[in-house]
Amino acid sequence: MKHLGLGLAALLTSFSQAYVQASEVNIYSYRQPFLIEPITDVFTKETGIKVNILYVKKGIAEKLEREGKYSPADLVLTSDFNRLLQITDKGLTQANDDKQLAQTIPKQYRDPVGHWFALTTRARALYVSKDRVIEQASITYEDLATPQFKGRVCIRSGKHPYNISLISSMIAHHGEADTKAWLTGLKSNLARKPQGNDRGQVKAIEGGVCDISLGNSYYYGKMLNNEAQKVWAEAVNIVFPNQNDRGTHINISGMAMTKYAPNKENTQKLMAFLSSGTAQALYAEMNMEYPVNPAVPPSKEVQSWGDFKADTLPLTETVKYRQTAYKLLDEVKFDL
Amino acid sequence: MSNNKWLTAAWAISIMLILPALFLLLQSIGSDTELFEHLWATVLSDYIVNTVQLVALVLVFSSIFALPAAWLIAMCDFPGRQYFQWLLMLPLAMPAYVVAYIYTDLFDFSGPIQRALRALFQSDVAIGQYWFFEIRNVPGAALMLALVLYPYLYLIARTAFLEQGSHLFQVSRSLGKKPWQSFRRIAMPLCRPAIVVGLMFIGAEALGDFATVHYFAVNTLTTAVYDSWLGHGSLSAAAKISILMLIGVMGILAIERWQRGRQRFYHKYTGQNSLFKLKGWQSKGAVLYCFSLVFSGFVLPVVILLSYAIDYASFDTDGQLGQVLLQTVWLALLAAIIATGLAVLFNFTTRLSSLTTAALPTKLSSMSYMMPSTVLAIAVLIPLTVFEIKFNDVWVAMGYQAPGLFLSGTTFALVFAFVVRFQAVANGTIEASFLAVSPSLDMAAKSLGKTDTQMLRFIHFPLIKKSLFTAMLLVFIECMKELPAALLLRPFNFDTLATFVYQYVSDEQLEQAAFAAILIVLAGLYPVMRLTQTGGKTI
Repeated sequence: MKHLGLGLAALLTSFSQAYVQASEVNIYSYRQPFLIEPITDVFTKETGIKVNILYVKKGIAEKLEREGKYSPADLVLTSDFNRLLQITDKGLTQANDDKQLAQTIPKQYRDPVGHWFALTTRARALYVSKDRVIEQASITYEDLATPQFKGRVCIRSGKHPYNISLISSMIAHHGEADTKAWLTGLKSNLARKPQGNDRGQVKAIEGGVCDISLGNSYYYGKMLNNEAQKVWAEAVNIVFPNQNDRGTHINISGMAMTKYAPNKENTQKLMAFLSSGTAQALYAEMNMEYPVNPAVPPSKEVQSWGDFKADTLPLTETVKYRQTAYKLLDEVKFDL
Repeated sequence: MSNNKWLTAAWAISIMLILPALFLLLQSIGSDTELFEHLWATVLSDYIVNTVQLVALVLVFSSIFALPAAWLIAMCDFPGRQYFQWLLMLPLAMPAYVVAYIYTDLFDFSGPIQRALRALFQSDVAIGQYWFFEIRNVPGAALMLALVLYPYLYLIARTAFLEQGSHLFQVSRSLGKKPWQSFRRIAMPLCRPAIVVGLMFIGAEALGDFATVHYFAVNTLTTAVYDSWLGHGSLSAAAKISILMLIGVMGILAIERWQRGRQRFYHKYTGQNSLFKLKGWQSKGAVLYCFSLVFSGFVLPVVILLSYAIDYASFDTDGQLGQVLLQTVWLALLAAIIATGLAVLFNFTTRLSSLTTAALPTKLSSMSYMMPSTVLAIAVLIPLTVFEIKFNDVWVAMGYQAPGLFLSGTTFALVFAFVVRFQAVANGTIEASFLAVSPSLDMAAKSLGKTDTQMLRFIHFPLIKKSLFTAMLLVFIECMKELPAALLLRPFNFDTLATFVYQYVSDEQLEQAAFAAILIVLAGLYPVMRLTQTGGKTI
């Protein structure tokens, strides 16, 4: 029994501890580390504050909720608005009243009471085959459901947050019934059942599976800068739809301070840094996203895709319909 | 320890292991009937059909792969047999999601094979204008899963054929039965319990899989679980579906047990088997059969991974992977040792007691294996944090600084989750070898005045020693590959090889992490090879 006790003690101490150091800040991140680390590295260099990151794609909200007031997390980073609002709705966040943040981030990209802040925006663009689609400039999301694109559309799972957000905005603009009809039309136009990711659809266009697909704007730049994927991107044009009416649907990546952040001061410093010119320029250059800080221009490459008109309906209006979007997808059996 | 103490310990620990599932069960009661009705009215029936098809096909494919291979290795002699007997195990080291990635990349319309075919025939055809098998569907996903899961059945069936069937099979041949008749009438019924155990492992893995089916765009009940939880924001509806899946599986297993009746096989043949020498086309066929399994389940994926690693120069540049490898191996090893130790405790208790309820701790602690693993990860978090928060509150009330999340915030949570999930694997392996130890040995030991502990140590232990090793190796390999729990429960700045690979796979860029994927395979290689040697006689 004595041996057992000693063994147990040794075992328990062997579990690596994540104890709070003097100067650090802890992030739960939906975004991949290779996107975030180069930016947080600069922060650590400037401030000496160590940044710890836990990258998880599913279950951050539950984890935070279960951990309650002893959670080590200070900041949550998300890659879309739905999941950002999920944690604020559950009451897992606190307001950051830093005046500087309110100055650098335009009003439409932050919570009026300071619980969430956008860091970048991205357009839900169309990728269109260079040679197989003639009329490109005036394309709308609505067109994707019309007979001209029968068997020519590729898309990832309808239930991916990026598509949920787009469908929610369709509901906000057109109502539930019309959106259901649109989804039915879109489904019947698909060249194959929804699968893969946004880049995979462009690859499919290049391979001749389909002629048009939905995808986030930054993937275009990322594919062009990737040796193996360059040929996919070169087969398509990036088109910003609905330029003659409400504009292209945009989504955000964002951040929120957790309710029980143990390192509040450091968190505020990090949040200010992420919205600052230095970090925003890194987001723009490395991730090809649109900075929310108006003082920072998009990267040269992104600018070369041209300006576009963005849908101005606030995301807080569209996100209300996310449950309905899910429901409609099930009803038309979109992914099946 | 007395009989009672064993039983108390077994119950206490099995309740700890079933706690996550119990908390989940509590979650599932009552609420969210509306969401459940919506799912039922729309997609749930499709999901159920897909799930049943998927699991059934995985079982069929695995049987087609594993049983002939096991039979050939156990009974026949052909060139390369002594190598194939362990080479056939290698696909087990390969995570299913990696194989899935590689094969979809290969066989897609825009993948290299179809491109090459189109180039060969110089046809500029569009999709659908010529026939090529579609890989992103239920049979495709089932094939991929079977390709890496069949070794379970192969390992168990080969041993069973060796131990149960071979000499009886020879008797049956000498009495004039044809090989096929002997296989069907003698070997299959005798080895049925072992084969069912193998199929159960495979079925559970297929049922709980999310990464692979998601990649194949196949919607199963796990999709419904994830949709309810992450999409509709209802963990309770997700829990409800998981629990229903669990009940379904338990039902099928119960029917099998009932139908098998009270048959027991204690007989173990230890003599030398004489192998049936294959000649001519038979021998060539056997070699080809075994080779194609090893090739498609292991050689080809590894070669492709290597080519990714070279093309993308994704080798370990900053030495970070060495650390990741070490900590993954350490955690997997720890979980393997704990699970195996517990499996001995559970099975020994069952054996000692005359109570029918004494088998319950084993059964309870095996149940979590059937649950979708991300849901299980959340479920693990529930009891741990409930305890931690209480503990911290008390600590703070006594005027000390709160110790924080010392369980769920550390690798303890990971090891706990691994044990909870893979206890069934250890239990199954140990149970099989305990069953093969004749009860008459226990009676002899008792009549000679030995205590239970002495009996375990001096009688049972030497007899089940090899299967202890087998159980440990199997759990180890599973933990090395485990993804969803590791993803959610690992501490800050901590990666296992699987989570490291996944951050790239989730972005469909396995190429960037090819080297880490190779490390997972390499780390599993030695255990897998040892499995065939140790598993040879005992499992």
